[in-house]
Amino acid sequence: MKSSPHVVRLLLPVVVFAAVILVWEAIVRINNIQPYVLPGPVAVFQTLIYDWAVLSQSLGVTLLTTLEGFVAAAIGGIALALLFNQSKWLEYSLFPYAVILQVTPVIAIAPLLLIYLQQQTAVVVCAWIVAFFPVLSNTTLGLNSVDRNLAGLFQLYGATRLQTLCFLKLPAALPFILGGLRIAGGLSLIGAVVAEIAAGTAGAGSGLAFRIAESGYRLNIPRMFAALFLLSVTGIVIYGVLALISHLVLRRWHESALGKES
Amino acid sequence: MAEQASSELDAGSPLAVSLRGVTKVYDSGVAALGPVDLDVRRGEFVSLVGPSGCGKSTALRLIAGLAAPTAGTVSVSRLAAETRGHHPIGFVFQEPTLMPWASVRENVRLPLKLAHAPTSEADARIDEALAQVGLAEFARAYPRELSGGMKMRVSLARALVTDPDILLMDEPFAALDEITRFRLNNDLLALWRKLHKTVIFVTHSVFESVYLSQRVIVMTARPGRIGAEFRISAAEPRGEEFRTSAEYAGFCRQVSNALAPAYAGQAGA
Repeated sequence: MKSSPHVVRLLLPVVVFAAVILVWEAIVRINNIQPYVLPGPVAVFQTLIYDWAVLSQSLGVTLLTTLEGFVAAAIGGIALALLFNQSKWLEYSLFPYAVILQVTPVIAIAPLLLIYLQQQTAVVVCAWIVAFFPVLSNTTLGLNSVDRNLAGLFQLYGATRLQTLCFLKLPAALPFILGGLRIAGGLSLIGAVVAEIAAGTAGAGSGLAFRIAESGYRLNIPRMFAALFLLSVTGIVIYGVLALISHLVLRRWHESALGKES
Repeated sequence: MAEQASSELDAGSPLAVSLRGVTKVYDSGVAALGPVDLDVRRGEFVSLVGPSGCGKSTALRLIAGLAAPTAGTVSVSRLAAETRGHHPIGFVFQEPTLMPWASVRENVRLPLKLAHAPTSEADARIDEALAQVGLAEFARAYPRELSGGMKMRVSLARALVTDPDILLMDEPFAALDEITRFRLNNDLLALWRKLHKTVIFVTHSVFESVYLSQRVIVMTARPGRIGAEFRISAAEPRGEEFRTSAEYAGFCRQVSNALAPAYAGQAGA
């Protein structure tokens, strides 16, 4: 009885997915639509298997870029927030530029970066630009959300700045940081894809987004869908992993990780 | 009347806390406190009672050194040598103010950890402090798993773990239900008798202040000044029978009467 809403929550999206696949395949077959116009899910799945060698290599490239961008965003965002937290001057001087970097569309910055940086570096920088801001702003918010009385207690017992940071501010900010990382995971994938499309280079080092563009030029529509499918799964997996980590870290104490009835 | 009677009465015991001409004006221009002169002797249990915004909490923060007075001097006797992890002041806030990410044990450990006390010694003192507040079995629990009263006990254990000379308590039981508050009152009195701490207890409850204290100080509102002082000369040890005695009711009436002018200016209070 207790687990039935849980099962329903998991089951419903699966049912919807299956239904959409079925309807899609039916429409393609009944109307006899050609694969270069709209391939059915079966054709897409076949392409996924036939082209696995090419697609898996591209998947690896995109994953690596995303991971590098994500790690850079996590480290950069948290480090910058810590610096801002220690020095108001630094925050006032630099925060506006962090905002500018965030609100300027990355697709417009990417061509410039590709001129000045090596392609692989430029792609990672794009992923970083898109992903670091939520980490920065969430960490800043978390560091400023420390309970005033707890801060007073640390002051009373003569805590050093480092002790206050390690034992009070960082743990208090942890739920916020994890929330920021969860957003950054998806965004770094978006940044990587945007940069790959802007870069548009072929060859062994090309990622999934490039495969989509390339397949589009060649009217290889099933492969476009297959690459898109892989990108989508990648995004879901990234989100799922980060959500799981967040849950595992916070489950003992934070409201967000507690069940409704406890 | 018992007013102004205290300082002379136990002139024998040394001062634990002494405020001289202390005022506090906040940056916003609000005069929160003073000028206030206050002496608290070692081992004394003193309550500050007054309406909201009368500067009671400000006074405690000044004594704790969490804020600096605008004028005047605050002196706190540092009785015992400040050895590692021995802090002269313990502070209990109105909220339990626990770290939600840490177990009860780690919360109580905090003051010792900040002072780099050796682990083995710290462990022994944590056990002792938890036993004193009756929470020995809950050391591994997390704050969210505890009731409001138990969280307050953890907060008290954390204040006691450094074996402070002075315990400052800022409306610690205000958010608790009455039964829990009475139990914590009794436990606090028992601890005070056993450990001989100096306690300065802020409350807005006349009944709580009379029940607990040797001396009740009534404060007036904005800026907070000392309006009256009462020595509660009831026999020790006090227990539940004192709470229902005519003597207790008499003290409460005196303190309430002294408090009335402070509230008179507040519309709708």
